[in-house]
Amino acid sequence: MTILHVFFRRQGWLGTIALLLVVLVLAVVILGPFLAPQSPTDSVDDVFALPAPGEWLGSDVLGRDVLSRVLSGGWRFLTMAAIATILGVGVGSLLGVTAALRGGVLDEMIMRLADVALAFPQLILALLFMSFAGSSLSLVVLVIAVVHMPQVARTLRAAALKVVDEDYVRYSRSIGLPQWRILLLDILPNVRTTLLVESGLRLTFSIALIASLNYLSFGAQPPSADWGLMIHENQIGIESNPWPVIAPVVLIALLSIGINILSDRLSRGAKPRLAASEPDDAA
Amino acid sequence: MTGSGLAAMLLRRLLLGLLTLLLVSLVVFAATQLLPGDVATAILGRTATPARIAALRAALHLNHAPLAQYGLWILGLLHGDLGNSLVTGKPILSDIAGRLYNSSLLVIITAVISLPIAVIAGLAAAVRHDRATDIALSTVALALSALPEFVIGIALIIVSSLAAPHVLPMVSLVQPGHSPLQTPRVLVLPLLTLTLVVFPYVFRMMRGSMIDVLESDYIEMARLKGVSPHRLLIVHALPSALPPTIQAIALTLAYLAGGIVVVEYVFGYAGIGEGIVSAVGTRDLPEIQDFTLILAAVYVCLNIIADVCTVLLTPKLRTRRA
Repeated sequence: MTILHVFFRRQGWLGTIALLLVVLVLAVVILGPFLAPQSPTDSVDDVFALPAPGEWLGSDVLGRDVLSRVLSGGWRFLTMAAIATILGVGVGSLLGVTAALRGGVLDEMIMRLADVALAFPQLILALLFMSFAGSSLSLVVLVIAVVHMPQVARTLRAAALKVVDEDYVRYSRSIGLPQWRILLLDILPNVRTTLLVESGLRLTFSIALIASLNYLSFGAQPPSADWGLMIHENQIGIESNPWPVIAPVVLIALLSIGINILSDRLSRGAKPRLAASEPDDAA
Repeated sequence: MTGSGLAAMLLRRLLLGLLTLLLVSLVVFAATQLLPGDVATAILGRTATPARIAALRAALHLNHAPLAQYGLWILGLLHGDLGNSLVTGKPILSDIAGRLYNSSLLVIITAVISLPIAVIAGLAAAVRHDRATDIALSTVALALSALPEFVIGIALIIVSSLAAPHVLPMVSLVQPGHSPLQTPRVLVLPLLTLTLVVFPYVFRMMRGSMIDVLESDYIEMARLKGVSPHRLLIVHALPSALPPTIQAIALTLAYLAGGIVVVEYVFGYAGIGEGIVSAVGTRDLPEIQDFTLILAAVYVCLNIIADVCTVLLTPKLRTRRA
């Protein structure tokens, strides 16, 4: 049986549609730059020209080919979102699991810090740092990663707390295994579903935050092709040629919805009631 | 004992809130120290005359040590002196009052419209748990919660401009000194956007807690006794399902304090969020600091209200010895 078929049996039609959405948008993002018919940054037509053969989505605020900009405008911000997520979830979960494992003062300190960080709107926190340190792309990634850490730490700490008093952890402790081995070999495998679901949620969130920052024009800078920035630049011309706004909006929406549904399915699959119903290789 | 226990809890929450605000103000202030090189030069650009730079340095207290700068800023805030905008030169206080009014208007109307819708939808989904209504509503909520706020706003702009051009303004211009209520049409799209943004959170909380309650023994008991379905739902189940939802509502309002930033910007609506974005764009240091701190204060207050509501509405927590 095909992989898709197995996936469908396990995740249902909603999960399958979500997977297809994500694959579709990823295909546009990855293959797009190679398929772009024109340069994404050269003016080739009048301002806000309507779609015509050869320029299937018309032209934008500076007369550039919209299709080429859409095809070229996804990979950079998506790479940024992915790195920010990996960084944020990685460090955040390490902090959370360590807090659960060590307990005591360290635990208290990490969690109180997380409380304070969470008591502040995250987009504004990101904006604040960006406004002063300038809009370099690596800074955006770093800021978004830091913004994720408190919530990830909290979630993973809660998951790890259920495991830290299990017999196998006590055993590892009693034979004097170092902390990092207990963390890697005993705790991590047992919180992997939480980790996976949290990563999915954080990825949706990274995409939203980075796209928003680009839309507010604090991230990607002109003339680079970027979906969020495109929406910003062409919002003024919606009544002339709506496509430079519609295309990126639809792509961002489909991608976010797809990833969110997938991570939701994943978290449900983690419940035994549902997981037990379908043997792995039955199909 | 509940009175004193509650007072103690409230006091603890207030102190924690103040501590948070103190830390936030430190972060806000520290961020300004991140500006590479001289702040005044960074703001005015390299071509500025020495006289202008000196004037700006004086206005921003830059000639003092960092700790003194921080102290002067906080002292000013406590006296109601928010300083002057670097761009317009006008006192920030007069600007912020209008923006605060516009933003609260948006948040309050959003709450009044969207909360009942979300609560009723949550109830409906819980009653028809795992059936078509529930699956449809839950999927919509899941999809909505994934979308960035500006995507929802822009999508609504596109739909309204394609479906009925020129009926609703795409930009919500509000004249300074006027209330948006004088031109209600400018409020429609921002309100609709925020309603969709808020819906999933309250809906999910209501649905989740109602499902839990409906599966509990005492509801089963009431059902077996033959209590009518409506009475069962409203009189027996709702009071137990409401506390988590109330907390979700307060948290949602707190979230809105941050969420309005992008939405106001999408529609060019002159609220505090749009103010922050444009202040960041023009590097208007005093405005950024004041706006951010005020928004954080609102956020912290709403979080405290959320906690207090939860305790008041949950008998187990209310009567617990503090």
